[in-house]
Amino acid sequence: MPANGNDTAAIRFLLDGDVHVVHDVSPTTTVLQYLRDHIRRCGTKEGCAEGDCGACTVVLAELVNDELRYRATNSCIQFLPTIDGKALLTVESLKALNGGRLHPVQQAMVECHGSQCGFCTPGFVMSLFALYQTIDNPDDDEISYAIAGNLCRCTGYRPILAAARRMYAVGRKNNAAWEQRLEKLLTAIRVTTEKRLAIPNGCYTAPSNIDELTARLAAAPESTILAGGTDVGLWVTKQHRDLPEIIYLGNVKELGRISQTDEYLEIGASVSLTDAFAALLEEYSDLEEIIRRFASPPICNSGTLCGNVANGSPIGDSMPALICLGASVVLRKGADVRILPMENLYLDYQRKDLAPGEFVAAVRVPRWREGQLFRSYKISKRFEQDICAVCMAISIDVVDGHVSTARVAYGGMAPVPKRADRCERALTGAAWNPSTVGKAIQALSRDFRPITDVRATDDYRLRVAGNLLRRFFVETDQPDQPATVWNYAAG
Amino acid sequence: MNDLTETRNTVGTAAPHESAHLHVSGEARYTDDIPVPDGTLHAAIGYSLRAHARIRRMVLSHVEAAPGVVAVLSAADIPGDNNHGPVVHDDPIFAAEFVEYVGQSLFAVLATTREAARRAARLASVEYVDLEPVLDIDTALAQQSFVLPTRTLARGEPAARIKSARHRLSGGLSIGGQDHFYLEGQVALAEPGEDATMVVHSSTQHISEVQRLVADSLCLPATDVLVQCRRMGGGFGGKETQAALIACIAALGAWKTGLPVKLTLDRDDDMHITGKRHPFQVSYEVGFDDAGRIQGARLTLASNCGRSVDLSDAINARAMLHVDNCYYLSDVEIVSHRCKTNTQSHTAFRGFGGPQGMLLIECVIDDIARYLDKDPLEVRRANFYGQDSRNVTPYGMTVEDNIIERIVGEVETTAGYRDRRKAIAEFNARNDILKRGIALTPVKFGIAFVATHLNQTGALIHVYNDGTVLLNHGGTEMGQGLHTKVAQVVAQELQVDLDRIRCTATDTSKVPNTSATAASSGSDLNGKAAQAAAVTIRDRLIAFAAQKYGVDPAAVIFHAGTVTIGSKARLSFAELVHEAYVGRVSLSATGYYRTPKIKYDPVTLTGRPFFYFAYGAAASEVVIDTLTGESRLLRVDILHDVGESLNPAIDLGQVEGGFIQGVGWLTSEELWWRDDGMLMSHAPSTYKIPTSYDWPDEFTVNLVHWGRNKEQTIYRSKAVGEPPLMLSMSVFHAIRDAIAATAGDQPVQLDAPATPERILAALEAVGIQSSSRAAARRTN
Repeated sequence: MPANGNDTAAIRFLLDGDVHVVHDVSPTTTVLQYLRDHIRRCGTKEGCAEGDCGACTVVLAELVNDELRYRATNSCIQFLPTIDGKALLTVESLKALNGGRLHPVQQAMVECHGSQCGFCTPGFVMSLFALYQTIDNPDDDEISYAIAGNLCRCTGYRPILAAARRMYAVGRKNNAAWEQRLEKLLTAIRVTTEKRLAIPNGCYTAPSNIDELTARLAAAPESTILAGGTDVGLWVTKQHRDLPEIIYLGNVKELGRISQTDEYLEIGASVSLTDAFAALLEEYSDLEEIIRRFASPPICNSGTLCGNVANGSPIGDSMPALICLGASVVLRKGADVRILPMENLYLDYQRKDLAPGEFVAAVRVPRWREGQLFRSYKISKRFEQDICAVCMAISIDVVDGHVSTARVAYGGMAPVPKRADRCERALTGAAWNPSTVGKAIQALSRDFRPITDVRATDDYRLRVAGNLLRRFFVETDQPDQPATVWNYAAG
Repeated sequence: MNDLTETRNTVGTAAPHESAHLHVSGEARYTDDIPVPDGTLHAAIGYSLRAHARIRRMVLSHVEAAPGVVAVLSAADIPGDNNHGPVVHDDPIFAAEFVEYVGQSLFAVLATTREAARRAARLASVEYVDLEPVLDIDTALAQQSFVLPTRTLARGEPAARIKSARHRLSGGLSIGGQDHFYLEGQVALAEPGEDATMVVHSSTQHISEVQRLVADSLCLPATDVLVQCRRMGGGFGGKETQAALIACIAALGAWKTGLPVKLTLDRDDDMHITGKRHPFQVSYEVGFDDAGRIQGARLTLASNCGRSVDLSDAINARAMLHVDNCYYLSDVEIVSHRCKTNTQSHTAFRGFGGPQGMLLIECVIDDIARYLDKDPLEVRRANFYGQDSRNVTPYGMTVEDNIIERIVGEVETTAGYRDRRKAIAEFNARNDILKRGIALTPVKFGIAFVATHLNQTGALIHVYNDGTVLLNHGGTEMGQGLHTKVAQVVAQELQVDLDRIRCTATDTSKVPNTSATAASSGSDLNGKAAQAAAVTIRDRLIAFAAQKYGVDPAAVIFHAGTVTIGSKARLSFAELVHEAYVGRVSLSATGYYRTPKIKYDPVTLTGRPFFYFAYGAAASEVVIDTLTGESRLLRVDILHDVGESLNPAIDLGQVEGGFIQGVGWLTSEELWWRDDGMLMSHAPSTYKIPTSYDWPDEFTVNLVHWGRNKEQTIYRSKAVGEPPLMLSMSVFHAIRDAIAATAGDQPVQLDAPATPERILAALEAVGIQSSSRAAARRTN
């Protein structure tokens, strides 16, 4: 039996409910590589090595407020040290958990003919297992969302959706004893101090508090800052980059918080997208569609909102909405803190107003205010899990039929997420009517000069950017008229 | 053991996939999961980053010096044929002088780890002299750049009939290709054996072709190369010829080093290197009467074959042979251009050219209907093949099993097509931004390999003296449930439970000279071959029992695990088998099958290329957004003909899965090449196959319950792999219908895939600038 999780030389996690200790593994080894290549546990598959197909889905369990929480994650881009102190469940774990027989999730998949070639199946099983452990009577959309990150090329999905309903009838959860054991062991391997894994030409550091983090950053300002790893993971699996110095934010307790004041919500740098979105949705229900379409559960469970913001991709889905809502970023370097309006963070393509050693410690989002009209739209080839051709967010206040304030921001239209300044000016102070919308659309062609790429042509982007203003007008002006195919289908 | 009253899971039952319990537990072993010996090397391919260039110099010293690298392979290392082309000798394993697409293999690295191999592969220094690339069909046509000569199939006097027809139309569309996106990428593991032999585990639909190409590249006889495949993680045609390159490289590495070599392609590399469904440009000129009945048609199919021939001859032939779909074309000319471009060499993909041909004629019909202001279904019906007349295809085959009227009629009723068309028209009149559309389209698909000689296969059955049955046949398992169906046939013939039968890996040492598992033919061919082998063994057992117990052979009855031998004895199958063994009866047999009746002349493109036709129809409804071009599939009703189903659960899975795969092809899956020939949609982040959300809220699929193949196929079933894919044409035409709702009687110009951008372009082409302008006017 190992000592507690603070032994810094090793990575410790639970596998099938037993403590598994790993020494001498490169910190950028992915969980999938470890499973398949190091311990020859080949049930978990690689389909894309970028977190987009779900064949590699595994479940991580951890203690949150003394309760077990199960979440699906993409093992193909998750670095092994980041599961330190957690419980890893793979497709092989389920029979072990169920006395050697097929688990209800697996049994339901067999009974519903949910597999054909079977290669995506372990990933689906694990996404469904996470659902099974988390929600008792899921509705259709909860089921659909649970497998949003899993691609199947054979079945057309119908039998898998059927299995998601069937699994509850096959057998109810009955693993209290096993869960007690899990809780006990998770407590035993809990990591509470800074962890360092030295490698020949660098070091993986997982600070446990903000002081350790700033100290480490001061010592190694060129370090790669790792939070969810949903982008950094691809630097390794696709670009084969060496990342000698890595600082992992996941254990920094101050960064894992969501706090509230009367003015704003503050979301820390290591808060997952899943948790951040839950908090944002309570404040802004109009974010529902953009959140639903943002990414799959495994990506949202790993990725962070601050990571999305710090990455600053021109096609990131969160920034147009956040900019539009007047969000700001909390930047930290050592003990120094600066607060910037989010749009000012982005200077040019992949260039940000960040000093060496400075990092995005939190995002602040203003609270909802009465009377605010707000929408966020995403246009892509596929509803789920696609990168936008155009993403648009708009927030206006209409007083006496006139637009008193307007913020309009776009993704996919410029090298950075960007406000539409001329468009905003055309709206501000004008009567809220189609003629004003037309003028605002005219202004967009002076705000943006989009590019043509794999997602859309420049012409389409500009046209749709304008048409989304029209959609917004119709939605706010004639709330009974269905204005998107998604709402229509849902209604 | 011999108390069974019923044999479980024989023919016609919904037996689960033979590997279902292994799939769900992660225990199903795929090629990349096979435990490898210590010392196994990992390979990575270095490929061209230019679309068309002469290689001036390739320096691999940095590759060789990279950490972990053991060897680097290039063209000079190949002892035999530097070729993986299946039909024509035009696909080098490693390019030596010229590169003709971005992704063309130049060399391979062998290293101690996969990561080391992949890192090293990026370190090559290649000097190219760029040449002008041809990247699209228009340019290829203009430059007469073809991989094969243009072919024409004509009947009657199309030009004269078009001229004399009351109405004339012309048009066309561009049809995008499709990546297979099998979830398991290309992979092979080669292990050198004693006496210069080679064992190759390949994720392939065609073990015998891999065997031949590996043998030819290594100067080995076929006997010395053994190729095995237990299962693939999806194939869809993408592992029919495309697996050979991967296997040849792994085998070359193993031959060169004497060590096992595994080559697993990264997804992005896989998408850059391997061929896809052919993109097509299709056009037509048609004359028709007031009822929309086609009098004469000239149809042109120009396909983008990519850089080499691969299977393009047969694929384009199938496109020509399916351009009629369900419609009688009395006077017709079909022209097929096979364009050479500097892209991946396009290849087999579920439907094999058929879908592109059929989409053209469906668009012709749709355009005629818009022009005449008729319901497209009416025009479809006016053109259906007749039962006793108007029933000969352009290639001279009589359609003897036509059930399309009945299928379409049933779908029309169950889908409530007419009422819904009215409701949709009312909705469209009330709504400016969203428009709905509906379409009911038929499918007729010819079953058999067009290359007649491929329509043969073998099987091998061993019965052990404990009564268990080992089954092997020439077909490969890619998820379609072939092994399950073939095992069900054997269970039926021997009257044993399905769980007594083990189907083993497809293996060149068990059944020789196999054809690819393709053309939907897997269960038709292998079911029959396995049946023949099972019957051989059963007949031996009957003869043995009759003689031993002194009864008439007709009195030996196999039923539900039991053999009744007249009034003399009642034994379990295992007991009889054991007695037969002691009585020195051979309990091993081969079976062989070749498809009867087919006769096709590939020179004139006429004859009876197909044994029979499979039919189906689908009604789909969509809603589109006229502001953005977004679309959503709302409801689908399908009726599909599988004859007498061997396994309704598996057949249903093929119908549903094929349909959704087709929907992806026609809506969200867009291949996009940059101006320099680099494919930019080379990963799931940029190439979007359907997700579960795309499954419509309302979906009804039925198998034709009155179906029975007129031909003597295995238990009168019909092939099911490819035909349902083309049910997805209903979705494309529903989108056209929704666009037409804004356009009056104008034909709709919509290219495939119908991405939001293309739908918006089509809306604008029919004169809708922006329907919200109308909405805005209304509010003023």
